[in-house]
Amino acid sequence: MNALAHSARAELRRLLRWPATWVLGGVWLTLQLLFAFAFPYIAYATGDPDAFQGGPMDQLLASMLPQSLPETLIAGTPMFGGAIVMIFAALTVGSAYNWGTWKTVLTQGPGRGAATGGLVAAVGVCVAGLVAVSTAFTYGLSLLVAAVESQDIVAPAWGDFFASVGGSALILGMWAAAGLFLGALTRGPALSVGLGLLWTFAVENLLRGAAALIDGFDVVTDYLPGSGAGSLAGSLTAAGGGDGTPGVLDVLTGTQASVLLGVYVAVFLALTFTLVKRRDVA
Amino acid sequence: MDARRGYVQAGRCGYVPALMSRGARGADDGDMNDHIVSTDRLTKHYGGRAAVDGISLGVRRGEVYGFLGPNGAGKTTTLRMLLGLVRPTSGTASVHGLAPGSPDALRRTGSLIEGPGFFPYLSGVDNLLVVARYRGLGRYDVDEALDRVELTSRGKDRFRTYSLGMKQRLGVAAALLGRPDLLILDEPTNGLDPAGMASMRRLIHDLSDDGQTVLLSSHLLAEVQQCCDRVGVVVEGRLSYEGTVAELRGARMLEVRAEPVDRAVRAVKAATGAALDLTEDGDGRTVLTGDADGVDVPAAIRGLVAEGVDVHAVAIRERSLEDVFLTMTEATR
Ligand SMILES: Nc1ncnc2c1ncn2[C@@H]1O[C@H](COP(=O)(O)OP(=O)(O)OP(=O)(O)O)[C@@H](O)[C@H]1O
Ligand SMILES: [Mg+2]
Repeated sequence: MNALAHSARAELRRLLRWPATWVLGGVWLTLQLLFAFAFPYIAYATGDPDAFQGGPMDQLLASMLPQSLPETLIAGTPMFGGAIVMIFAALTVGSAYNWGTWKTVLTQGPGRGAATGGLVAAVGVCVAGLVAVSTAFTYGLSLLVAAVESQDIVAPAWGDFFASVGGSALILGMWAAAGLFLGALTRGPALSVGLGLLWTFAVENLLRGAAALIDGFDVVTDYLPGSGAGSLAGSLTAAGGGDGTPGVLDVLTGTQASVLLGVYVAVFLALTFTLVKRRDVA
Repeated sequence: MDARRGYVQAGRCGYVPALMSRGARGADDGDMNDHIVSTDRLTKHYGGRAAVDGISLGVRRGEVYGFLGPNGAGKTTTLRMLLGLVRPTSGTASVHGLAPGSPDALRRTGSLIEGPGFFPYLSGVDNLLVVARYRGLGRYDVDEALDRVELTSRGKDRFRTYSLGMKQRLGVAAALLGRPDLLILDEPTNGLDPAGMASMRRLIHDLSDDGQTVLLSSHLLAEVQQCCDRVGVVVEGRLSYEGTVAELRGARMLEVRAEPVDRAVRAVKAATGAALDLTEDGDGRTVLTGDADGVDVPAAIRGLVAEGVDVHAVAIRERSLEDVFLTMTEATR
């Protein structure tokens, strides 16, 4: 327990001083700003002002206001958040092999389990911090939009808000665990990140394409990591998966998707621990 | 051999006080089987090839043990197994009486294996702080370790910007954190300048004087000859020698060139009691040689002069560790 705490503190120290952590965090906030606010706002500001009440224009504006915080938060996670977190986690583990720091760390005597556990915990803290910062940032921007557009400030429904934060954490946790696993599997940063991105952005979509052609294949594609993440996000947005937000799906119910993601987290972490424990450190 | 030992031990290193104190400690401990590291038929196969092939060695508490061998002999692989980084294919090892790689053994061991592994974006100090946190140590220990490797002035710079030798020093500093009983250093002088090597040698002496045990691998035989109490030589994965440097180098020879030879032999025998043999040098000339240890050389020369023989040269010949090492490794090739 002591070893785990020591290693978590040590890993957190080095992650917080790592430029990559802040670059990826900055990319996240930039994308959040662009997709949740800048693009919708431009569309809203330059759109046809005569569109009828309750139509798409009002919906666009509403999506940027404080009461939409739960949906705005979670919509970004399957779209780009998962990829960012996966890159972060894969780099964290993979680079440690490249730099020879696993060797340095493991020879301090934390035990491989505690060393890996500490790293997982530190990555978890960073991801949680990212969610917290992103929440504050998103809420701040929505207040700004409300002020600029002279809208009443309506607090989000807190139940929805917590469901959204919990769902985001689960989705990001799943991608982080996948990244840790890939980093441990490939023992390097480049291949792990490459494989992870190939999977999220190409392979899953290609498989879904194949499923459209082959009868019964969707049984497989419905349970891929991305399907779980997309479905959970879909279940937590009022429009469901139908509104075309990239990565948001409705192939599974919220409960099914949550269970699926939980299973993926457990499997990826178990594989990561096993790989680090079993293999020689060169 | 044993009769010669006291003399050779003191003469071997040029660090007489250090050696004497080390010798004294050895006598206190008494038990020659007090091994801090020992291996029994330790073996590691990579694919079909044996990188380490049945090595049984023992490092005694408080000694400086040199681990020698040509490139690819299996030194690093052996040291990795002692730290639990690599699992043996067969055989066993114990470090501090514990399984290698067990947390308790590692906490009492500082190590530098095949170059330093640090976070390039962190400063030297921050890197050591990360390592220190793993050990539950703090800033004080970090400053002390940095000071011992003379890196304090550059401690705030990023590791990435360090020169080769500075990186190596930081690696040694990490090994020193918390003053562990045992240091396992794989080629610690790699990349160090002459001054750096000299201070590394001093550091190893200091560590040894403080009672720490050092197991170091090196290709610098002159350094090993000066620093190590005992050496193990690995060739192609097997331990082909283990013992003191002095035993490995063999006796020091007294060499006399004088004519006529029969009277010279008698003169030396009469003056010192030492027996000389007739041998030939490379050019076919007759030389007189004998075991140099314990011989009163000035008395021998006085005897030769008093006898009235023509003395051309009197010399003491030593085989360097390098000579022995090259002979030994060539033979196995
Ligand atoms: N991870 C590995 N996979 C395959 N072979 C390996 C691995 N590590 C070491 N070897 C092989 O094991 C043998 C011993 O290597 P090792 O690094 O222990 O040698 P060394 O004595 O430290 O040599 P050097 O003096 O060059 O440092 C070599 O033949 C090497 O190729
Ligand atoms: Mg080596």
